[in-house]
Amino acid sequence: MKKSGAEILWECLVREGVEVVFGYPGGANMPIYDAMLNYPVHHVLVRHEQGAAHMADGYARASGKVGVAMATSGPGATNLVTGIATAMMDSSPVVFITGQVAAHLIGGDAFQETDVTGITIPITKHNYLVTRADEIAEIVAEAFYIARSGRPGPVLIDICKNAQIEQTEFVYPEEVKLPGYQPVSHAPKESLECAVKLIEKAQRPIVLCGHGVLIAGAEEALMQFAVKTQTPVASTLLGLGAFPASHPLSLGMMGMHGEVHTNLAIQNSDLILAFGMRFDDRVTGNLKTYAPKAKKIHVEIDPSEVHKNVAADVPLVGDLMMVLTDLIPMVDECDHDEWLEQINEWKTEAEARSIMNWPSDDKLYVPHLISDIWKATGGGAIITTDVGQHQMWTAQYYALDKPNRWITSGGAGTMGFGLPSAIGAWFANKDQEIWAIAGDGGFQMTQAELTTAVQEGANVKVAIMNNNFLGMVRQWQEFFFEKRYSAVNMLTPDFVKVAEAHRVPARLVTRREEVDEAIEWARKTQGPVVIEFRVEREDGVYPMVPTGASLDQMIQRPLRVEQ
Amino acid sequence: MQYTFIALVENKPGVLNRVASLFRRRNFNIESLAVGRTENPEVSRMTVVAGCPNGEVDAHKLEANLYKLVNVIDVQDVTHQPSVTRDLALIKVKAGPERRGEVNGLADIFRARIVDVAVDSVIIEITGTEDKIEGMIELLRPIGIVEMVRTGQVAMTRGVNDGVRRVPGVNANRYQEDFESVEMTP
Repeated sequence: MKKSGAEILWECLVREGVEVVFGYPGGANMPIYDAMLNYPVHHVLVRHEQGAAHMADGYARASGKVGVAMATSGPGATNLVTGIATAMMDSSPVVFITGQVAAHLIGGDAFQETDVTGITIPITKHNYLVTRADEIAEIVAEAFYIARSGRPGPVLIDICKNAQIEQTEFVYPEEVKLPGYQPVSHAPKESLECAVKLIEKAQRPIVLCGHGVLIAGAEEALMQFAVKTQTPVASTLLGLGAFPASHPLSLGMMGMHGEVHTNLAIQNSDLILAFGMRFDDRVTGNLKTYAPKAKKIHVEIDPSEVHKNVAADVPLVGDLMMVLTDLIPMVDECDHDEWLEQINEWKTEAEARSIMNWPSDDKLYVPHLISDIWKATGGGAIITTDVGQHQMWTAQYYALDKPNRWITSGGAGTMGFGLPSAIGAWFANKDQEIWAIAGDGGFQMTQAELTTAVQEGANVKVAIMNNNFLGMVRQWQEFFFEKRYSAVNMLTPDFVKVAEAHRVPARLVTRREEVDEAIEWARKTQGPVVIEFRVEREDGVYPMVPTGASLDQMIQRPLRVEQ
Repeated sequence: MQYTFIALVENKPGVLNRVASLFRRRNFNIESLAVGRTENPEVSRMTVVAGCPNGEVDAHKLEANLYKLVNVIDVQDVTHQPSVTRDLALIKVKAGPERRGEVNGLADIFRARIVDVAVDSVIIEITGTEDKIEGMIELLRPIGIVEMVRTGQVAMTRGVNDGVRRVPGVNANRYQEDFESVEMTP
């Protein structure tokens, strides 16, 4: 039977299991929106296309499925760009579908024509320009396959208006044919044997657990490996939750704002087992002095990440789940008591400086607030964040024991990510408690999505950590620019009124005594809620490895002098 | 250090753009790039000569990144493999009747051909390695080069030897089985 290109698109989306799409209609995708009415897919009307991109991203990360965002041509599509780059940097499977002017108008600077496939080549895993209806079925099937397989990532499909309208025979492709795309699964046996030798010889091994562990669903395998070989596990920002924070072998987060004992452990290790991580500069500090005594085993599905920043002694290119499944039976049980003891010693020393041990004063500190939210939610909520100080504090103090509850923009560092990604995550898991932790700067970038949350009844709790500063930039200016504060002092709106104008119940909290009650109120209130916390203006995130410094050269929180 | 890669890619619109964009994005300089169809109409072949200032490390980076492009089927590094490399140049030289003999003589020495003669110029066609073409250009320069065009280098390994594939297990060697079956179908 013949169908229009737009109908074929929805037929394919339904077959891919798509239940919800986030988008914004316009001239060049009207046939898609018209056909949508006949299909059982829920559409979320966003207030800005960037919101749609982040929602689809949040949905994808919370569900493990492919998220879908839509926009029209021209400005609609270019508004997606930040969200596409965010998904790309964090390997998030999202399919973006944009309308494009009719094929015969392409290249003529028609109204709302933008070369979207050209713009997005460097920030997508792959993209397509569709000029004919009969291409749609095959391309959608390919796009979903590419987005979710191998190292996941965003795929964009730009569909010309004529292709949406044209009628053609609908044939759903049974399989995709991509001769150049063959994600690897198993690592070669010889390499595994080399890895086993290194593991058996190691006295001070450490696992660096990245986002890849979560993407591969290899949390159980990681646990088995760590316990069997008694290897401590440090985590990247995006790997948090893959290994339970409360486990004795867990070292928490590494890197620029990682724990002191974690970074010291990395620098003093003799074997690094990098699982699904890519040695980002925020994780390694100065590469020249990075883990100088350690051999490196790098398990990674994307061969271009191997040897990119840190040369691997044994690269194991493959699916982490399969590599670990192959590897675990090959290694013997072993102990590293001395090593673990040493790490514990470092940990005890560092803890003396922890802000958690500070006596309460009349100020609100974000670490305390995050810890309060953690306690109230039993550590089990899905947490999304914006980018900056509050993000690092949340990573440090919302100790995650379970996977796939932590949604943050790591690689791209996109402000404004918190609220929309929380709304997307809610669509993935409506029974789950969801908190968006935002800064005053980032929240203002996408706050219009509050109305989207109201319209959809999205049960997300927003905690704004308001210090009237662009806090992380302020902190850098304090540390590295002689406290010359430039363009960081920020007048914020009355967030309670902003929320209420969006029909969202809201509260202002200025004192520690009010915190628990406000959190309980937010949890009990159905639908979106905003709490504005007026926090200490000039607190810093500690520890901190300055850019370019060696990973063990950390600025630590000053010891508190008792008055 | 310049490296020479042979990439087999799907013959689809926009693939050249993706490859070129990748080199730009990863901050590699393309010295020469030649693209054409192969015996299989679905496959194009690129010969890319690129600057790799960090040698092997860069070569690995380029190869692995090329595979990130969905349309790239196979990549070999033929820099250090015994191979035949050719460049073709058309060189228009200012030469009236009085200098044609001299130009003709030079062309003979380089086994080049004169493919067009006009009143006051001739076009010389030369194929060969870069060195040979550079050598001829040097000698023609004093006579007066009016214009010149070069195809860029193409390369093929000798005998049954392949180039180096640093990223094993991804797409290497798959080309054969995938596309042999294509040829079987009428």
